[in-house]
Amino acid sequence: MASFKPTKVQVYPKLGEKVTQDTLYWKNYKAPVQIKEFGAITNIDFSPVAPHNFAVTAFTRIHIYGPFSQEPVKTFTRFKDTAYCGRFRSDGQLLVAGCEDSVVRLFDVSGKVALRMFKGHTKAVHITDFTSDRYQILTGSDDYTCRLWDIPNATELNTYQEHTDYIRCGVTSKLNRDLFITGSYDHTLKLFDARADKSVMTMDHGQPVESLLLYPSEGLLVSAGGRHVKVWDLLKGGQPLVSLKNHHKTVTCLCLSSSGHRLLSASLDRHVKVYNTTNYKVVHNFDYAASILSLALAPDDESIVVGMTNSILSIKHRKSLDESKEISGQQRRQPSYRVFVKGKNYVPKQDDYLVSKPVKQHLAKYDKQLKKFNVSKALDTALETWTRLRKPEITVAVIKELDRRGTLKNALAGRDEQGLARLLNFLIGNVVDPRFAPVLVTAAEMILDIYQSVIGQSSVVDRQLLRLQELLEREIDYQQDLLEVLGMLDTMFASSLPRKEVPSLDFFNVSVSYDIIDSLLTCQPWSNGKM
Amino acid sequence: MVEHGDIRVVHRGGSKINFREPVITHDSRYLLCASGECVKVFSTSTEECIHDLRGHTGLVTGVLLKPSNHLQVYSCSADGTVRLWDYTDGILIKTYVIGCPVYSICASANHEGVIFIVTPMLSDKRSDLFQLVAVDLPQSGDQLVEARELSAVLSDVSSNPAAIVFGRGGEYIASANGLHLEVYFFKKQKSYRFSLKEDNKKGGKNTVTCVACHPKDDCIATGHEDGKIRLWRNFNHKKEYTYSTLHWHHSAVSSLCFTPEGTNLLSGGMESVLVQWRYNQESERDFLPRLGSAITHITVSPDGALFCTSHSDNKITIIQSCVKVSAVIQGLVKGESVRTDMMVDPRSKSLVLNGKPGHLQFYSLPRDKLLYNLDIVQQEYIHESGLEQFEVVKAAFDASGSWLATVEERKQKDAELELNLKLWAFDEQTQSFVLNTTISAPHEARITAMCFCHATDSQTTMLVSTSKDGHFKAWQLGAPAHTEADEGPSWSCDFVGAYHGLVPECCCFSADGSLLAVSFQEVVTVWSPASWELLTTLSQPPKAVRDLCFGRLSCSKYLLGTTANNLLCCWNLLTCSLEWSTSMDISLLLADPLTENMAAFCCQAGSTDLFVFKPSEPRPVFSQKAVCSGKVTRAVFAPREEMLESCEESSQWLNHSQLYFLTPYMDLMTFTTKAEEDRLMASSKQLVIDDSVAMTPFYLLLGKHRQQEDADPLSGLSAERRPLPQCSVAIKELLQTPAHVLPSTSFLCSMFVQSLLISVTNGREETKHVEEEMESEKEEEDSEGEMESSTQRPEQASLGGQAAPALTKAQLRELKRVKKLDHSWFPGLLHS
Repeated sequence: MASFKPTKVQVYPKLGEKVTQDTLYWKNYKAPVQIKEFGAITNIDFSPVAPHNFAVTAFTRIHIYGPFSQEPVKTFTRFKDTAYCGRFRSDGQLLVAGCEDSVVRLFDVSGKVALRMFKGHTKAVHITDFTSDRYQILTGSDDYTCRLWDIPNATELNTYQEHTDYIRCGVTSKLNRDLFITGSYDHTLKLFDARADKSVMTMDHGQPVESLLLYPSEGLLVSAGGRHVKVWDLLKGGQPLVSLKNHHKTVTCLCLSSSGHRLLSASLDRHVKVYNTTNYKVVHNFDYAASILSLALAPDDESIVVGMTNSILSIKHRKSLDESKEISGQQRRQPSYRVFVKGKNYVPKQDDYLVSKPVKQHLAKYDKQLKKFNVSKALDTALETWTRLRKPEITVAVIKELDRRGTLKNALAGRDEQGLARLLNFLIGNVVDPRFAPVLVTAAEMILDIYQSVIGQSSVVDRQLLRLQELLEREIDYQQDLLEVLGMLDTMFASSLPRKEVPSLDFFNVSVSYDIIDSLLTCQPWSNGKM
Repeated sequence: MVEHGDIRVVHRGGSKINFREPVITHDSRYLLCASGECVKVFSTSTEECIHDLRGHTGLVTGVLLKPSNHLQVYSCSADGTVRLWDYTDGILIKTYVIGCPVYSICASANHEGVIFIVTPMLSDKRSDLFQLVAVDLPQSGDQLVEARELSAVLSDVSSNPAAIVFGRGGEYIASANGLHLEVYFFKKQKSYRFSLKEDNKKGGKNTVTCVACHPKDDCIATGHEDGKIRLWRNFNHKKEYTYSTLHWHHSAVSSLCFTPEGTNLLSGGMESVLVQWRYNQESERDFLPRLGSAITHITVSPDGALFCTSHSDNKITIIQSCVKVSAVIQGLVKGESVRTDMMVDPRSKSLVLNGKPGHLQFYSLPRDKLLYNLDIVQQEYIHESGLEQFEVVKAAFDASGSWLATVEERKQKDAELELNLKLWAFDEQTQSFVLNTTISAPHEARITAMCFCHATDSQTTMLVSTSKDGHFKAWQLGAPAHTEADEGPSWSCDFVGAYHGLVPECCCFSADGSLLAVSFQEVVTVWSPASWELLTTLSQPPKAVRDLCFGRLSCSKYLLGTTANNLLCCWNLLTCSLEWSTSMDISLLLADPLTENMAAFCCQAGSTDLFVFKPSEPRPVFSQKAVCSGKVTRAVFAPREEMLESCEESSQWLNHSQLYFLTPYMDLMTFTTKAEEDRLMASSKQLVIDDSVAMTPFYLLLGKHRQQEDADPLSGLSAERRPLPQCSVAIKELLQTPAHVLPSTSFLCSMFVQSLLISVTNGREETKHVEEEMESEKEEEDSEGEMESSTQRPEQASLGGQAAPALTKAQLRELKRVKKLDHSWFPGLLHS
């Protein structure tokens, strides 16, 4: 005696985004840890040395967090006004920060009081950085100047007054102690050489520049301003390479993944986008709750730290290897699960006599009803709200099975207003879906046949029938348009193809139909992989 | 033309076993069923065929156990004879010549020496009237007996054997025909006739399809066309009869049967559900659903332990009375037509064609046994007439047998055609095919042909399908598209080709896979599968091409095609020109995969001729006129397991592979030579199957193991008992006497060894003496029994029950002495 064969639910290819290696990589983070700061978080910087603490600049404070701590391990509060741009030196021992009061302060990471105060700017200093020789500091200010300072005796070495608007971003070269780049709200990026008095290279971004990033090789420079992210080739004299426009609000921060293969950009539109640095395509996207002002990646991408305007710091840690596996396996475990598996994984000992129990075939509810030939009930089960909305393919499979059994008419008939409305609702939602159309069109025809006598008795049903009619008319127009496009494309392809002579015994020519166009424009066979 | 006296067309395998209801023997060990011109004896436990009872020259129409002898069986046949067999040894005992075709047989224990048979009415010229005739079987020693003493019992009966049955130990016989039920009482010699209206108000059809009688009670059950079962009672009155109706079946009841005690009534029909009704409590029913296909007959073993149902798909299911299937005897499933081609599975070398609805059957040709059914459609089969179901219409294997492609379709009247192309991968672990890819709607219209690229060395496997929608598509096994680890490679479309909107009819790959030929009506196009370039077109106007075939091996430069206007064309692919053509109405052209030979079935004047030829040679290798009547459309070359060593020119083409074909009447036929048949006969005689357990390798392994286990716990004594059963008495004596009363082992040893040394020569004349001895011994023992009753009993029993005394006098005496010795010292020990 064969067992009941359950209804086969067709597996359709997923229409959504494909699961790529990138998706897997960037999804592999835990739920974020959220820490409330005192104000908008303007800058986050990771210490270059282990244990890779990070400095978070928010309002008048700079907090230093350990890699896994949720409480700051260190706080710098000696600011008279809003602090900006707390950055570590390459040995991780000194930290420099600008301030709204135009004074630049240098701290020892272990101390509290500022070691040096650099006074000279006349307006707020938004950008500070150490040069690669570790003895000088670059600052950029709202007074349109950028300056170089000597750390040991706290004197100003040089002042560059080329920008014509606020300087809000800048980077120093990690390879050359004399080179640094600044970006300003006057839309320009300027490359300076400390040995020269003037800028050596100027690039026009087109929008106020918010953030700069140098590639590790320092051949490429990335700038963000407005909605654009631009990549410049410094070795070719500052030639623009790519311009990316994937955000719909100002891009505020840029960051490079540790391998250097992925570029991240954060924006006020609350998204972080991940680009592939070879073809600059977006490969992944993160959503956050508020506009993002700052973003940093820990070394080896161990965590993603994002600071937002609503003064919330969000830290996402990477899942460890075994953890990520466990999660996927545990998904279905419910509290009662243990009761069901009790004794199931018991390994019989050597002398145990195994009494085999026939495996009970598990059937879905609609299959149980189909097995008993309760066709109406089976259709009702398949039309339950959850199935109907989340898994329309199950509902369609049951309708198809009923049609195959020749009992679809019986199952559709004899419904009250509510049941009929539910059925029509489902049809309106899915009848134009090319995956379901062949099955649902038959069902729709049957419904109309059965219920044509009751049209006009219920306003709900009548309204839905009118909607269905509208929908179908629109679909027919749409199909007609598509056919026209197909015809146009056919002629174009035919004329563009070189006429090739084929050694043939007859005088016909060859025509090869192009599968690509077909698949673009008509319902394509849905092939699916392993069932 | 060459003379081919020694090549014969023979039936091979796949005979029908569901023609008449099977019979289970009294010990429930064997099942007998009519199968073509012989009666097959199956073992109910192992499902193996044990004997074929051969001898009839016509279709066997009934099998019946002889009521007076449970080891003998009657069989009747359309050749006008009734034969009596001993089914355990498969020996024909007697042949009764009746003289006119017999359509069914029945008998009862009440009527000694009489059998009842159904024959056509002799007096009436119309052949569709039948009568029930009682035949007195003459008691004579001869093998061949004429039984001419016929006396008509009932006239106008149905030829359906299910419609005539004996009731209540043979007191009456009930027969149904059309709308009438007739009951004949033998004692009163009177018959009662009950009629039903043709249709009742609700449109049910009252035609009686089968009858069963309760074995103990006066009750007749009739099954009807509309699925009703009527239980008739009180039918020995013309007027006061009553009946009650049971209704569960939705279509005709095809078989009814009471269990031997009469507690249950079994019924079955098209629904393929065995329904068990409780007698007198008809509201309680048991069901055994999903038996596979429509039930045609139900029988119950005489002890009621086994039920057995025959099904329309040539299957017999044996069911234990606890409603559990215990065995399935499955023959080759034959539908009305084979829609898939016949194929040979390259792995199992079995014949593959569609069998049960939605399945492919794998049929082992050398063993004549169905190996398994592969469920292609994987849907619940709804047993309802008039319902369009998915049918497997095309199937193809690749060269190594690791891929199977199937096409299933379902066409409703006014709905779109539903097509599925499925690709199955062979799984080494489970040794069966596992679904890999399903492509729904691969084409927009019916698929006309499908073939795999048969090149063995190619890296990728390719499948080409042609369809009525004017396209042919190439499918290729692609690398996994996604990164999900569990997803293996799946199939996807590689190329779509068309030629002027013409409909492609057939496709064929060359042997090395470098060329693909697709015929578009009258044009044959040749493509290169590597670049999908159209290389050349060949055409032989003006009619459509029917079959295409590339030559093999040395003839691989030839492409052969048959056209609708009776032409067989051979193109040379090197010159792209027609090499030769001949006028023949060829219905089927196929190439032997192992040799250059091609077989062409040629339809002429209502019968089919076969030509076997090489494309390079003008003369056919073999030809035979009138292979069978009608048109052959399905045939296959099956590679042989071992090559034949025939040197004769005419039979050489059979050396590598064997040609099987299906006649229009769905008979599987093949060609054999005389030598091969002789060899087969010899080997079949050697093959003696143990009726209890099949001699499978598994059994050999297990049996040996069990023997060892038996031997281990017992000492050498019991092991030696097997070869020398004569000494059992002495050993029993030794074993049954408690150890503490036995003398020392050294004392017993010599005697024991002597007992083993008994030769066969002390034969019969000594047994008399022994018996006399026994008498005297018993007396002695009795006297002893007074003294020692406790140890006495087992010895007495063992001696008394001695069946084949084989000990010598001297030995017994010795034994006696031992006992006496024994017993004398034992009480002494007690008293002291």
